[in-house]
Amino acid sequence: MTNKEWPLYEVFIRAKSGLSHRHAGSIHAADDQMALDAARDTYTRRNEGVSIWVIRSSQIVASDPAESAAFFEPAEDKIYRHPTFYEMPDGVENL
Amino acid sequence: MNADQALLAYVSRLGDNALILGQRMVELVAAYPELEEELANANFALDFIGQARMFYTYAGEIEGNGRGEDDFAFLRDENEFRNFLLIEQPNGHFGDSITKLVLFESFYLLQLEALTKCADTRIAEISARAEKEIRYHLRHNTQWFLRLGDGTEESHQRVQGSLDNLWPYTGEMFAADEIDGIFAEFFDGPHLEAIHAQWMTNVELIISQATLDMPEDQWMASGGKQGRHSEHLGFMIAEMQYLQRTHPGATW
Amino acid sequence: MYTQGLDQKGQSDAKGDGLEAAADLAAFQKRVDAEEKIEAKDWMPEAYRRTLIRQISQHAHSEIIGMQPEGNWLTRAPSLKRKAILLAKIQDEAGHGLYLYSAAETLGVSRDEMVGDLLSGKAKYSSIFNYPTVTWADIGAIGWLVDGAAIMNQIPLCRCSYGPYSRAMVRICKEESFHQRQGYDILVELCKGTAEQKAMAQDALNRWWWPSLMMFGPSDKDSKHSAQSMAWKIKRFSNDELRQKFIDVTVPQAEFLGLKVPDDECVLDKKTGHYGHGEIDWQEFIEVIKGNGPCNKQRLAKRRKAHDDGAWVREAAGAYAEKRAAKAA
Repeated sequence: MTNKEWPLYEVFIRAKSGLSHRHAGSIHAADDQMALDAARDTYTRRNEGVSIWVIRSSQIVASDPAESAAFFEPAEDKIYRHPTFYEMPDGVENL
Repeated sequence: MNADQALLAYVSRLGDNALILGQRMVELVAAYPELEEELANANFALDFIGQARMFYTYAGEIEGNGRGEDDFAFLRDENEFRNFLLIEQPNGHFGDSITKLVLFESFYLLQLEALTKCADTRIAEISARAEKEIRYHLRHNTQWFLRLGDGTEESHQRVQGSLDNLWPYTGEMFAADEIDGIFAEFFDGPHLEAIHAQWMTNVELIISQATLDMPEDQWMASGGKQGRHSEHLGFMIAEMQYLQRTHPGATW
Repeated sequence: MYTQGLDQKGQSDAKGDGLEAAADLAAFQKRVDAEEKIEAKDWMPEAYRRTLIRQISQHAHSEIIGMQPEGNWLTRAPSLKRKAILLAKIQDEAGHGLYLYSAAETLGVSRDEMVGDLLSGKAKYSSIFNYPTVTWADIGAIGWLVDGAAIMNQIPLCRCSYGPYSRAMVRICKEESFHQRQGYDILVELCKGTAEQKAMAQDALNRWWWPSLMMFGPSDKDSKHSAQSMAWKIKRFSNDELRQKFIDVTVPQAEFLGLKVPDDECVLDKKTGHYGHGEIDWQEFIEVIKGNGPCNKQRLAKRRKAHDDGAWVREAAGAYAEKRAAKAA
């Protein structure tokens, strides 16, 4: 048995019901249950959460910053997707 | 012994178990096997110290002589502490600590569950809070017990040793004395025979899941509940009480 | 965080072209100047990465070693309330070490490597933790002075250009806000107390004052990393600026306690509004950093022992996880 480092997990916390889970940080753990406990004992010491997700960092598929121009910039010029694009005539209400 | 005296003795005994265990855990700060476990155990020790404070504060109120939590913790002598011998045993290695916690908390959780239904409302309230804390500890520590028992050959051997060494101290938890008797009768407190049976079922299951062998039936140590301790407690108390004893009457 | 995906996709690497590298550097500096945050997988100069790894891991080590001087009084804390508060504070330090190791891991270094460097003596940590805590008042002095100095250093780091470090620092600063107060609170109580208690407080201030001033690092004229770190917005204020700020806010707090800072030159200059200070013993600073402080060997030995004693436990948990995974498969 090699003495290798426990895998890294990412921790996501729901601060209160109604909110989505948000990335809080990471921890190392040997297994999923340990990861959940470590997340609880590390990131909710001040009552910061009502729900926790943990996931092995290696399981996250991330976009590549080198591709970010091709990935994100095409959305920049679709200004007609935003309501401020449209000018409403004076006198029109509730729109 | 009348009912009030038994109540006082019972509550301060709960405080003693919580404090001495908390103090033992505090000794391990900055020495856990991994950072994440360091965080977990600080949480657990804080829970125990918090429970001790609540039980001692209540004990002081029952007594009615103006003593507060710190008087109970820092100004009583060794023979006035009535914690289990199991709890004052030195920390040893991580497997010893985990085994001690699993054996004690498997009992303590059942005790607290029963106490939430007892006739004394203050004890019931404190126990309801403590019960949630201990339920989490026990789950966490049981997981560790399984990991060590069914981990490597070395960890298996070590934790089997921990179990064999600590087992003789478990009997005391279930040996009812006058205080337990009066508390059960007058305050609808826990019945230790029932708790013992349930504890044995739970612990046997955990031990077999951890691929460990049950220790054999054997002689059981006792005396902690009556204030007759091992040599270890005196040193713990001396260290813990040092400042209060050196500067009598000072506030901190 | 995302340690696995750290391969650099800078164009210069692909083409091996010095001009392209200069263009990358310029683009990087432009982002930093525009106060954009740099994230883990973004292109960054190798020296920026190395500087951050060094600084963040040193910071993490300081948190972890910093648990020891305070831990020294945990079993002897004079009341249950103080014991609980001190334990919560020390636990925060473990947590902060953990957040910081995680932030450094995003730069492609493992916690194992960093811990290895600490245990081998290769990595440094804050010199202050190599001083002994000999009385309970030292716990007050650490909270008040050491955490006070740390906060001065750390608040600007919340705006550091590297996103993961900056986010870790925001969390740390938020959590640490009680640390300094609890230390001062200990001293308030001692200074209201018996003559022995007050003497204990003065003695602690005498011993911790100078080492606290050293926490801000060498004087600006001797600080070798400062200029580049400022340009990269890893650092926002110079060592001397922060040290001066610390002295200015701390001296009146000492006066409130009825304690005297152990420096006759520490008087208010009415014109500048700043307190002066005597010469700092930089030789002492250098010796302590080199490993010759009163507790260097003891601190590292304790850390090493904990690490070595835990080896079989970490291994067992890994083996158990593998067995379970094999069973599930």
